[in-house]
Amino acid sequence: MQDSSGSDLPSAPRLSEAPSPRRTYGRRHFMGGFATGLARVTTATVLASSALPWPQPWHSAGNAQARGSGQPITSGPNFFTAEEFAMVRQLCERIYPQDEEGPGADGLGVPLFIDGQLSTPYGYGARWYMHGPFVAGPPEAGYQLPYAPRQLYRLALERLNAFCLENWQKPFVQLSAEGQVDVLTWLEKDALALGPVPGNVFFELLRANTLEGVFSDPIHGGNHLMKSWYLTGFPGARADFMDWINQEGAAYPFGPVSIPVLPRKRDEQG
Amino acid sequence: MTGPNTPAIGPLPAKTDVVIVGAGWAGSIMAREMTEAGLNVVVLERGDMRRTAVEGAYPDSLDELRGNIRKRLFQNLSTSTVTIRNRPDQQALPYRQLGAFLPGEGVGGAGLHWSGCQFRVMPDDLRLRSAIIERYGKKFIPEGMNLQDYGVTYAELEPFFAKSEKVFGTSGEAWTINGRLVGRRGVANPFAPDRSTPFPLPPMPDVYTASLLRKAGTELGYHPYSMPAANTSEAYINPYGCQMGKCNFCGFCSGYDCYLYAKASPNVNILPSLWANPLFTLRTRAQVLDVVLSADGRHARGVRYLDGHQGGKERVIEAELVILAGFQFHNVHLMLLSGIGKPYDPVTDTGVVGRNFTYQTITSSRFWMPNDKHTNQFIGAGGAGVAIDDFNCTNFDHAPYGFIGGSPIWVNQAGLKPISAALASGGNGAPRWGKGFKKEMVNTYRHSLAVDVMGSNMAYRNVWLDLDPTWKNAWNQPLLRMTFTWQENDIRMNRFVVGKLPALGRAMGAVRSQINMFAPGATFDTRRYQTTHLAGGAVMGTDPRTSALNRYLQCWDVPNVFVIGANAFPQGMGYNPTGLVAALAYWSAYHIRTRYLKAPGPLVQT
Repeated sequence: MQDSSGSDLPSAPRLSEAPSPRRTYGRRHFMGGFATGLARVTTATVLASSALPWPQPWHSAGNAQARGSGQPITSGPNFFTAEEFAMVRQLCERIYPQDEEGPGADGLGVPLFIDGQLSTPYGYGARWYMHGPFVAGPPEAGYQLPYAPRQLYRLALERLNAFCLENWQKPFVQLSAEGQVDVLTWLEKDALALGPVPGNVFFELLRANTLEGVFSDPIHGGNHLMKSWYLTGFPGARADFMDWINQEGAAYPFGPVSIPVLPRKRDEQG
Repeated sequence: MTGPNTPAIGPLPAKTDVVIVGAGWAGSIMAREMTEAGLNVVVLERGDMRRTAVEGAYPDSLDELRGNIRKRLFQNLSTSTVTIRNRPDQQALPYRQLGAFLPGEGVGGAGLHWSGCQFRVMPDDLRLRSAIIERYGKKFIPEGMNLQDYGVTYAELEPFFAKSEKVFGTSGEAWTINGRLVGRRGVANPFAPDRSTPFPLPPMPDVYTASLLRKAGTELGYHPYSMPAANTSEAYINPYGCQMGKCNFCGFCSGYDCYLYAKASPNVNILPSLWANPLFTLRTRAQVLDVVLSADGRHARGVRYLDGHQGGKERVIEAELVILAGFQFHNVHLMLLSGIGKPYDPVTDTGVVGRNFTYQTITSSRFWMPNDKHTNQFIGAGGAGVAIDDFNCTNFDHAPYGFIGGSPIWVNQAGLKPISAALASGGNGAPRWGKGFKKEMVNTYRHSLAVDVMGSNMAYRNVWLDLDPTWKNAWNQPLLRMTFTWQENDIRMNRFVVGKLPALGRAMGAVRSQINMFAPGATFDTRRYQTTHLAGGAVMGTDPRTSALNRYLQCWDVPNVFVIGANAFPQGMGYNPTGLVAALAYWSAYHIRTRYLKAPGPLVQT
């Protein structure tokens, strides 16, 4: 379903050898294929949120682990398939890679963090206005697609892998790190559409979720051992700086603390 | 301070003296004032109960993901939002995800998640049209700018500013009290209007970065001062008997409820004094659909709402007095849905509801200190900081520059947390991800500081609010539509004031800077957070042809409806709006209590 005139793409593509910008991959395939099923999912979500005129409690669509109810996330993934999860692990690592400063997204547990978040109301777009009609607009009008984050990931990962298979006869996870960076760069620049999902929409979602998992409190499953907080100097939930309001530029001396996971009933309001 | 702190959930009375829509600052102030007047008050709040002792409890409240990132305290857009377009020839599209502005929801409203910057007002901001004409002549006002006076003076509002500061527990330092100089240069603001009383609490101490601006501003001959903060520099008990703790600069103000009870909120400073009052009833999960008017449209009979504690059943509660106290644009939306006042028509420049919708201009620039200086940006208090007013309002000569309005310059380190820092890091040539991102982000987090220029935004004929023809809320009512973008006046003002920053940065000892200002022709972008300070749309004034409300915030057309909020501002100002919203609420309440209740009817004859 390639829509550009037969460019021969290298097996480990570099950006300089990128396909022509603004290519859209697989739209016809998508529209004819599982679009029907997807539309049904979308409608169901919209109906569910519009039938109830007030916010639903945090736990209603949630996964107890993902909302930090007391146990670190050790199992999973719950939402992603094994194939998708392998892709997410590498995508996150390209966004926030391991280097001499410390672990990357994968080592910090970010992929499981994202998987967990997709089972919270956030994953279902529960607090977004998702009523139609859906009309495309200028970028400054903001998000105008009918998909919640779960659907964005599912759609985008499938299209992304199909793009790699079509062009390089290998799945995304088998591309070189440099090749993966190139693909992400195309997505960021919106030079590659993933079916109905503009590349930059998926890129910004992935970037945001990755950085959330890197830097949020470990109760949400990422930021393993608060290593990102040590790196940035953020002291976490210490929440008392009376002696350090102004030390004329001296570094704050204490390491971070996280929100303790206690065996108690947590606030149900989220 | 004893009594039940959960709302009654049995059926509400079919009739009450006063019904108030919204349990934020405006609604809570009005509820307190009306019960003091001996009236039965029902407050309808569409969101959930929010108890600081529960949702605000340490340490769970100090969770950036749950707070500012997943937007726990902000409006849930799934049932209702607005549509937005930049120009009248575009189709407005729904604001589907929170971005540029973050209205609140639930008990406390935006007053629960605000920072605590509690300014008064520049006296000339209340009479900007008159002030500009006196100084520069009528021709100085650009074509299409609907510049107006509020119809109330600073002297009239002063007692109500003083009262609200006592309720909020405001920290600051006065420049003059009853005309007598009491302030210290470099701590108090010589541009600030005269006061009748000192601030209830001394000013907040400076964080390191704020002290840098104080020093730099002094060096350059400006007049830096401690920002007035509704964050407590000492423990405090307010006139309602509500207790506040002392702020310890934990850095979780803006977007959070304060676990220390050190940031003023309706939940901490007013509602505890009402829970046990038999005259007061608060009903959460009550979605108000409209104000029910009499057949001739001149009298409100009550409001129609959906009772979320009774299976979403539609009900009407009758009331002698209806007070709309929702967030700025919700008040305007309810007026349009109810048919109160004539909707604004930008083509003929007639009508008043939706007219003079404004926002605020804001840009944030960044300065990097040498690597041996740590800015510890996680330390902060939402309302604290150091500001300079030399380029705000009419404090400087506008004649050479050809724009109206102005802006404070400030370092308001509210507490920068790492997810927000990481998301905003990069761009302008620096990597936003991948190799090189981490190092630069860490350096920026550890060693930089932000200087903001938050300024006024004038009202224009081609900027207004009306009902959207396409999109509906969950109750099949049309969404509110915003037609808004930046105008040349605002862009020039921003660029002029931001132009002062490089010299300040050098004086602070910065080694690198990133100066951000509006590009010529910049358009409003709904994706990027700017400020939640929306204003206008149902403005106060002295002429019913150009204002929806009289100077007591009473509807000209339906005199038993009062509309309290930043919707009353005829144009945006440089200062944050909450201080003025609170003072206007007390001003309106005073005139309801002393005059309206004795003789219900218009307080101003037309």
